[in-house]
Amino acid sequence: MAELTQLTLHETLDALARGTCSSEDVTRAYLDRIAAVDDRIGAFLHLDRDQALADARAADARRKAGQGGRLLGVPLAMKDVLNVKGQPCTCGSQILKGYVAPYDATAVARLRAEGAVIMGRLNMDEFAMGSSNENSSYHPVRNPYDLGRVPGGSSGGSAAAVAADEITASLGSDTGGSIRQPASFCGVVGVKPSYGRVSRYGLTAFASSLDQIGPFTKEVADAALLTEVMSGGDPLDSTSVPGPAPELLATMKQGIRGFRIGLPKEYFQGGMDAATEALVRAAVKQLEALGAEPVEISLPHTEYAIATYYIIATAEASANLARFDGVRYGNRIAGVDPIDMYEKTRSAGFGNEVKRRIILGTYVLSSGYYDAYYKKAQKVRALIRRDFDEAFKTCQAIVTPATPSAAFGFGEKTGDPLQMYLSDIFTVTTNLAGICGMSVPCGFAGGTLPVGLQILGPAFREDNMFRVAHAYEQATAWRGKRPPLAVDAGRTGA
Amino acid sequence: MIASIGLEVHVQLRTNTKMFCGCPNRYGGEPNTHVCPVCLGYPGALPVINAEAVRLTVMTGLLLGCRINLKNKFDRKNYFYPDQAKNYQISQYDQPLCEGGQLEIQLKDRAKIIRITRIHLEEDVAKNTHFGDGSGIDFNRAGTPLMEIVTEPDMDNEDEAFAFLTALKQILAYADISDCNLEQGNIRCDINTSVRPTRESPLGTKVEIKNMNTFRGAHRALAHEIQRQIREVQRGRAIPQETRRWDDDAGVSSSMRTKEYAHDYRYFPEPDLLPVELTQTQVDTWAALLPERPPERRERMVRDYGIPDYDAGVLAADRAIADYFEKAARLSGKGKAVSNWMMSEMMRLLTATGQEIGAVKITPEALAALVALVEAKTINQPAAKEVFAVLFEQGGDPQQIVQDRGLVQVSDTGAIQGLVDQVLRENERSVQDYRSGKEAALQFLVGQVMRISKGKANPQLARELLLKAIGS
Repeated sequence: MAELTQLTLHETLDALARGTCSSEDVTRAYLDRIAAVDDRIGAFLHLDRDQALADARAADARRKAGQGGRLLGVPLAMKDVLNVKGQPCTCGSQILKGYVAPYDATAVARLRAEGAVIMGRLNMDEFAMGSSNENSSYHPVRNPYDLGRVPGGSSGGSAAAVAADEITASLGSDTGGSIRQPASFCGVVGVKPSYGRVSRYGLTAFASSLDQIGPFTKEVADAALLTEVMSGGDPLDSTSVPGPAPELLATMKQGIRGFRIGLPKEYFQGGMDAATEALVRAAVKQLEALGAEPVEISLPHTEYAIATYYIIATAEASANLARFDGVRYGNRIAGVDPIDMYEKTRSAGFGNEVKRRIILGTYVLSSGYYDAYYKKAQKVRALIRRDFDEAFKTCQAIVTPATPSAAFGFGEKTGDPLQMYLSDIFTVTTNLAGICGMSVPCGFAGGTLPVGLQILGPAFREDNMFRVAHAYEQATAWRGKRPPLAVDAGRTGA
Repeated sequence: MIASIGLEVHVQLRTNTKMFCGCPNRYGGEPNTHVCPVCLGYPGALPVINAEAVRLTVMTGLLLGCRINLKNKFDRKNYFYPDQAKNYQISQYDQPLCEGGQLEIQLKDRAKIIRITRIHLEEDVAKNTHFGDGSGIDFNRAGTPLMEIVTEPDMDNEDEAFAFLTALKQILAYADISDCNLEQGNIRCDINTSVRPTRESPLGTKVEIKNMNTFRGAHRALAHEIQRQIREVQRGRAIPQETRRWDDDAGVSSSMRTKEYAHDYRYFPEPDLLPVELTQTQVDTWAALLPERPPERRERMVRDYGIPDYDAGVLAADRAIADYFEKAARLSGKGKAVSNWMMSEMMRLLTATGQEIGAVKITPEALAALVALVEAKTINQPAAKEVFAVLFEQGGDPQQIVQDRGLVQVSDTGAIQGLVDQVLRENERSVQDYRSGKEAALQFLVGQVMRISKGKANPQLARELLLKAIGS
């Protein structure tokens, strides 16, 4: 049997069910693995070893008592933006240093209810603002496939931890690609459900109308399971869509014979590197071989997507982040009056990228500029949504690269925020339109750096997306590939 | 010079829970005990609209004749202040729940219509307390459903503004929309005032006075502010657009901020909430449950019970008092008599003891029974007053009280004749006075009969017998 830390979530559940290992064994294996590799990866911001083991033993007791749970005994780690009762939740920021969450996010509570062991806080770009994890105020995360490259962002810790076998699955959040882009860079599966599918209650907001919680896993079936568990209406989130979770595990194996797969012509007009394009085109051939029919579609407003996204996201963020003022929780730097205290606390507590976006968002909402920026952006957003509505009349799913290139090096784009923003070009439209999207591994650029295939489905048709992803995964050999780090023996003995 | 006054009245709604979370909407309590991640603005917490608050706001709109916007939405109003957990307030900017509408106020010589611009729903802020060495914030109040009623600048002076506030409070209390307790801050208002030379001139520059907690304070502040503005204009000075603070103890206002420092609230639609969509059927259902408004009730009570318009106005002003009156009046069938008791003894004792009508021991049934005893001449008026006082203090059955206290009126001619004879014997001087034309002497003699009967004699009968004995 493979090492416990190399098992997928489903394989772990099997092993636990068969009794070949306990939750405590699995949890201990991950804790050891984290201890062995995380000084190189930097995926974890916080880990309570004793609490994790205690929770694992509780799960084992639950199993012994004959109690079930779809995730019983499986350790999972959370992006540091999700509130887990009793754990810190810094959002990668200094301003929330010392804050301990007093409640569970709904998604977390649902994982817990199914028996998951919630351990560890995963590194991220501060307040989910970034595409490289270089904006974490604590330390950067390194890409397990190449420690000189970024893992992507903002959920870089969540992606890298799964890729480096530090956890079998994790949660992240995706506002403009923050799950799919790092999943692509780190060679794992990452899902952004449709807006409203998973409750946002307990997810520290970056941009409320765009944020969604989603899983990172080693295979498509694991992502389907976690999405099912977390989905469904929540009375605590008015924007969650009422009704039960979709059945994904049951439907994803139905194949894609006769599926029409849309290829947006605007995405394939330059702008992506040759290796990425070759891998994505090969993936399309593979889908064709599985019985799908590729069709060219048009998303004519794509060129306005980045501008639209950065207006709406920053506007919402400027208000969402206003609550971090040092009054009720987190870091406080005293001042002579409240305004002075706000200025000092926020000046010291926020990093440059966060400040840049707060200022941008404040500007676009200001009197006299609102119509020209925010209001116009909302109109363009409606057009982008309509582009997808039109496109999905002729296809069941859309396939694109997740990112224009494989992982880039540290410092490569930090000097030019616009270049950094443009790396989100293939992912932001999904959030603007509220549809679902995911990234599945589709090969390696230059044979070493993972590349992700992005699959998009209509809003609340995660089933379409998972059918494509599962069929593709089963037909290709990318699943189970692991970074060289995994076979690094230098640490354990000699 | 003519003043123009517009009001922005903030009303805390009477709901079980807060506007956007499940915390109790209750005044007081240990600081920061009615709080949760939502009303404390914790990371990740999300608002959920309180449907009851929406209903109460729509009810208010209907009572004030507003247009109900079936489709409306919430927005974020951004500004930093320590009493605001999120540093934005969830409010309604360009699509409020209610628009248009009016309220009629009673002036000394006439009625006047004050137009309502809009009514929207928002959340109240926390309460700051300043100590010697720092400040504390109590978030118990944060998130209380707050309805803002905005008027047109239709009021000409402080008396009209006062009348508006009073009439509005009456309606809100009537429909159980708010507890309307001013001491607890249930109703607060901001006042906008400007002055202009004549009614034909365009409105002058408006000055806003923030956060008035009492109607009398608003009245005083307005009286002062109007005079201040008139003086400024007469001295040839321009009125700057500004926000002022009223110091009720000192009786002066001072500038808080001028236009250059006005907030840019950067309103934008609240992305955490979906737009509110009501159906006409739903609004119609609520409309059918609207209570009768005070002015209509007053008219109806005059018709139904034959009581004077003035009395009906006083009784109708308070829903609980009007309800009490109507119940007693219906039971007794003697509306006028019940009204007299309400207007005199009841009001007097309520004021004297500071009690609410809902808490009094004398039930409408007891009052009706008391009226019946008087009507049947079982007891006389002085005895009835005594019974009323006992009922008010202790409750109980009037019949029983009359018996226990031996208050049954003596209407037996023989018995009273004896008393009359005794009084005539002992008061020859008064008899002389009466005979020489002093009418008042008769009343004195009646009083003497009542005295020696210990109040039980039928005064009517005593008077008749006295007259028979000494009259012409």
